Amino acid sequence: MADEPEQTGIVLTEEQKRSRRARSIAIALALGALVILFYVVTLVKGPAVLNRPL
Amino acid sequence: MSLVSEGAELAVRVRASSAPYEPSIASVGDYVALMKPRVMSLVVFTALVGLMIAPAHVHPVIGFTALLCIAVGAGAAGVLNMWYDADIDAVMTRTSSRPIPQGRIAPGEALGFGVTLAAFSICVLGLLVSWLAAALLAFTIFFYVVIYTMWLKRWTPLNIVIGGAAGAFPPVIGWAAATGSIGVEPCLLFLIVFFWTPPHFWSLSLVRAGDYARARVPMLPVVAGAEETRRQILLYSAVLAPIGAAPWVLGYAGMVYGMTALLGGAAMIAFAWRVRSERHAERADRAALQLFGYSILYLFVLFAVLLIEDGLGGLLGRGMGA
Repeated sequence: MADEPEQTGIVLTEEQKRSRRARSIAIALALGALVILFYVVTLVKGPAVLNRPL
Repeated sequence: MSLVSEGAELAVRVRASSAPYEPSIASVGDYVALMKPRVMSLVVFTALVGLMIAPAHVHPVIGFTALLCIAVGAGAAGVLNMWYDADIDAVMTRTSSRPIPQGRIAPGEALGFGVTLAAFSICVLGLLVSWLAAALLAFTIFFYVVIYTMWLKRWTPLNIVIGGAAGAFPPVIGWAAATGSIGVEPCLLFLIVFFWTPPHFWSLSLVRAGDYARARVPMLPVVAGAEETRRQILLYSAVLAPIGAAPWVLGYAGMVYGMTALLGGAAMIAFAWRVRSERHAERADRAALQLFGYSILYLFVLFAVLLIEDGLGGLLGRGMGA
């Protein structure tokens, strides 16, 4: 019996894993920045945050 | 077969030949490159000028949000442009190293990325700043991607002339973000960028005519020849110079801007005249590249002076000009 279970499906190479990790971190940072942006804008505009004139 | 149908066929072949199920090796830098950061920087700068010269107080956070959305929207347009033009990019020397032709990003990934960025930038601009600015940003992205990239670019040598409107909108969006309306001043800035675009791009396409011919893009030098292109560059430069000075003539800018616009416009015509009169192949290419480089400087200085003058409350010129 083999020590390691046989992997099925798509197996990522080390390079693919590294680039996926970097992309995931970038997406997380972008989402975090968006949360901060919405929070700060809400503080700045106060109740007027709902007032969006055309 | 026409250039259009051959181009469309080539596009289908490139898209069909990609491997959509191969796990991606794209780096974050590849996605940044898709957004055309150099074009984004010019868009942000012109939008900043539109935002700052507007007669309305804008909170720095709101101003930053507006510029961020405009930058991301411009990036989205760049991504969708690279998605659709991957076939053209693959055969042109200048663009063959882009992420899609190189196979680092699959066309489908680029399409998803571009649509997501466009939707986010428009919605956030509308929700946090102004729906008029958001509508203008949406129209700009639509114009650049659908009207210019998908239609005009492969169809007519006037692609750059009409398509230039997309690049001219950012100062209007910046102004709309600040005021919630559109005035005469941003329309003048629109006209400056609009008439600046043809001589700027045609000077580059004169040098890259072989590239465009190979990619079957009907740029003016490919369709009408170098001679006619040089003539058109001079004509558009001659129209651009007085339009560049219009904000001063109409009283929206000060004396320093006026002098800068007049001198800069005269230099633009002089560079265009050199392009028109130079015939020796090597010197002609050099003259075209000099005009290309100068045109960037011209636009940057013009907008920078407008920004500085406005920042100093018109002290530099309005008092003297009045």
